Amino acid sequence: MSSNRKYLFFAILATLFIVMVSRLFSLQISTDEYYLKSIKNVANAITLYADRGIIYDRNGKLLVYNDVVYDLAVEKRKLKSTLDTIALCKILKMDTADFAKKLAKIPTKIPHPFIKDLPPEIYIPLQENINDFEGFIIEQKTDRRYKHSIAAHLLGYTGEVSDKEMKEDAYYRLGESRGKTGLEAEYERYLRGQKGVKVVIRDSRQIEKGSYKEGELDSLPTAGRVVFSSIDYNIQYMAEQMLSNKIGSIVAIEPRTGEILALANSPTYDLNKMIGSSRTKNYVELLRDPNKPFFNRAIKARYPPGSTFKTIQALIGLNHGIVENESTYPCYGGYRMGRLKVGCHAHAPRLNLPESIQKSCNAWYCYLFKGIIEDSTYQNVANGYHKWREHLLDFGIGQKTGIDLPNEGSGFVPDTGFFNRYYGVGRWRSSMIISLSIGQGEMGLTPLQIANYAACIANRGYWITPHVVKKIEGLDTLPSKYTQRHETNISKRHFEQVIEGMSRVVAPGGTARGAAIPDLEICGKTGTSQNPHGKDHSLFIAFAPRINPKIAIACVIENGGYGATYAAPMATVLIERYLAGNDSTFVSKKPILYDRMRNARLKNFEVDSTQLIQ
Amino acid sequence: MVNASFYKSDRSQYDLPVIFLYIFFCLAGILTIYSSTYSEASNWLSLKQEHTKQLLFFGISLFVGTIILFTQPKLFFYLAYGIFVAVILLTAGTFVFGSSIHGAQAWYKIGSIQLQPAEFAKIGAAIGLARYLGTYGVQLNSWKSYGLAFVFLLVPMGIVLAQNDTGSALVFFSLFLVLYRFGLPGWILGFGASLVVLFSALMLLSKHETILFLEPRWFIILILGVIFSVIIGLLFRRNRSSIKYFVLLLLFYVGFVLVAQYAFDQLKGYQKRRIQLVYGLIEDNRGTGYNLNQSKIAIGSGQFSGKGFLEGTQSKQNYVPEPSTDFIFCTLAEEGGFIGSVLFVALYIYFMYRLVIMAERQNTKFTRAYGYGVFSIFLFHFFINVGMTMGMVPTIGMPLPFISYGGSSLLAFTILLFVFIKLDANRGNEVSIDLS
Repeated sequence: MSSNRKYLFFAILATLFIVMVSRLFSLQISTDEYYLKSIKNVANAITLYADRGIIYDRNGKLLVYNDVVYDLAVEKRKLKSTLDTIALCKILKMDTADFAKKLAKIPTKIPHPFIKDLPPEIYIPLQENINDFEGFIIEQKTDRRYKHSIAAHLLGYTGEVSDKEMKEDAYYRLGESRGKTGLEAEYERYLRGQKGVKVVIRDSRQIEKGSYKEGELDSLPTAGRVVFSSIDYNIQYMAEQMLSNKIGSIVAIEPRTGEILALANSPTYDLNKMIGSSRTKNYVELLRDPNKPFFNRAIKARYPPGSTFKTIQALIGLNHGIVENESTYPCYGGYRMGRLKVGCHAHAPRLNLPESIQKSCNAWYCYLFKGIIEDSTYQNVANGYHKWREHLLDFGIGQKTGIDLPNEGSGFVPDTGFFNRYYGVGRWRSSMIISLSIGQGEMGLTPLQIANYAACIANRGYWITPHVVKKIEGLDTLPSKYTQRHETNISKRHFEQVIEGMSRVVAPGGTARGAAIPDLEICGKTGTSQNPHGKDHSLFIAFAPRINPKIAIACVIENGGYGATYAAPMATVLIERYLAGNDSTFVSKKPILYDRMRNARLKNFEVDSTQLIQ
Repeated sequence: MVNASFYKSDRSQYDLPVIFLYIFFCLAGILTIYSSTYSEASNWLSLKQEHTKQLLFFGISLFVGTIILFTQPKLFFYLAYGIFVAVILLTAGTFVFGSSIHGAQAWYKIGSIQLQPAEFAKIGAAIGLARYLGTYGVQLNSWKSYGLAFVFLLVPMGIVLAQNDTGSALVFFSLFLVLYRFGLPGWILGFGASLVVLFSALMLLSKHETILFLEPRWFIILILGVIFSVIIGLLFRRNRSSIKYFVLLLLFYVGFVLVAQYAFDQLKGYQKRRIQLVYGLIEDNRGTGYNLNQSKIAIGSGQFSGKGFLEGTQSKQNYVPEPSTDFIFCTLAEEGGFIGSVLFVALYIYFMYRLVIMAERQNTKFTRAYGYGVFSIFLFHFFINVGMTMGMVPTIGMPLPFISYGGSSLLAFTILLFVFIKLDANRGNEVSIDLS
């Protein structure tokens, strides 16, 4: 018997050892794929959502808060074949076929939302009977609520994160919500708080089996920070009321701080439409609305500032020394230059600077503008124009102010390149662009920019980046951007001269004398801006009181006619209300004016207004 | 042939390393069972727990093993055929008296005790075959001798197969190794191996619809034809007489390929997929491949040093199926890591190596043949069980001896081993048997 046959068995054993050890090596040592998979199997992170920060107005009045909502979720693998679909569908007010179709789309593994934000008429009967429907559970979450339906464009809404947003910020997971517009979007990182996580072990049937690694990886959620908006509920509300049935925008700023006191647009929408189960339906409707309720005019639309711009023009002129307080220009019904004529309304033929503002003389500013840009020290018109435009930029005109709201528009003031392309280099003169002298022509400013230069005049020479947030919980100061002082480099003395003119606007003999309020010195300037789309826009800028101003404001009412017709009364009503402060007994000295503005209905409201932009 | 132990009359010399390894494996098994079914909520002393039951089985097995050590070893020789017949009857009896568990009609139920006689059929086959090979004058050199030897393999295999227990049935194949040791020509094993290679080639190529416009089986036959043509061409000048064998071999291979393909096509869907999984032809981590995938995750996740005792998650959270029986190696590898697994594999292979050494030192053909039978059965179980959990062989349900939970198998493997330990211990006294 050949005993060397035993060597085959040794060979088998040796081979077996080598094969098994190398297999073990390839599974256990050469890759951590299986280790990661084993963690993925059992460790299941449950997100603990943080309550979103609450938003108050500047006086602590509640604007935005959270409310508990209930979602119906389904955990498919727990569904029993005995599920009474018909009874459930009856409670859910759903077709059984739709129900089956919807259920088929739900992933199997973990509880997944089936119906979000149950309305009370479904939630109440469902809550009573939920135990009859094994596999279905009611989950409690919080959702945004807007206490008053105001300031939609300023506060903004929240919504489910998009794929793009998830890619940009790994914080977000599918199905979570974040601020989408307005303050909700801009201050997202303060408002959202910090999600917590609980990592649990799940067995192969996805049943929870306690916490993973003794809770080593768990964390509690941190609630979002409370944010105090700078807006004043009272004037925001009144501004929106007065804008109703008109198209336009009102922006009010506290000049000393740059805080936005009101930012109202019309048309607008109700933020409460952007929550809950009918959000999608409402959203589509609002998007399709020809009045474009989502359009944030105050920071995006471009309007010719009209005569309100004369204040800036006067300041630049004074700064250049082209005019002085007592300088006069002739005006016999307008400004003539060759075949060009800029008309003017009836007033005394020779006006000084304050009078030119009070009476809003067009000719005065045509001469002035010509004087600035054709000043011989600049050698040519283009240089003069360039210098003039730089002054505008100092006022925040024609560039973004930097407000803390998404998608601010920059307005438009043509640069020299624009005219060089249009007319040819060296081939344009003041007469061709004379409309700019009175805030017409190629120039288009956002209501925010107009309000901002009103604030700048109120400050006698500087402005603070406008912002809609006054305070963030846990933060001593706002980001430095919102305390930054932008200087105009124009002497304070010149401002006083312009302000003198502005104060006379609301005095007897001024263009807005009807807007005067006894015992209050309001400084204002009317604007009646021509536009190619119909009746003139009604504009007004103002600040008050004259000494130590508390509020600066700009009103733009599309196709409202004279500045004194709509814009000026609205501005004074708001100024009066604001300066009354927390006085709850406040009764406007012009209650009739307020009601008249509120009830006025401009025909143009139904017209598609998209053409008015740009 | 005269061994020193021949003169040490009746003194028994038990092979202590094997006994220690046996105890070590059993205890390690109990701990692994405990860990793989561990849950903080349950009482570890409860008799309803698998590890406490296994401890009890271990106690019973040790008791039975001890009794065996006190028996007269000659008995096994004389009773071998009796044992074989009894076990066969016991196994076949399940068709009449048995009950079905997991779709296999292979269990006796006596009160709360369940017994799987197929586990004991292995003992019967091993001892019956050994008795035959140990019979004076029997040589594996005739069709008759092969035919009689095959009776001990094929009869129990047929019965177990009929019980729908494919895994257990395949074990009896391993006894071919015993036949090899006792004279089965080497080329038969080589031939068997060549069939495995051929089958593997068929499987691996089957992922292609066609190769050179041929179905995989025809492609393989083409290659075979080319190879054999070359061989025959070379032989044509030198050794024409052997050509006919190669022609026969070629015909056999061609037949095998065709039959194998046909047989594969006849398999049940899950059986096909299990085979395809091993060859990496399909990846099906949710369906048929779920068990294997989770098993690999369990083993792989142990990494170098393992997650530590009771720290594994794959078995405890039921990702690995049958965590205390067929897939118990997963728990061991997950918690013991590469170090633990290699140590375990090394010890087990050392254990089987000792069995070969022990078998070789026998003075009688009976005890040697029995020793090789024991070795073959352990080898097969170990290779299939551990190989299966790592995806090296198809998923076939069979226990890992001494480690897996299960009273029948622990008791059966204990008896199988202890009979050999006893025979080995008394090897000096058995010369007379050989001469009788």
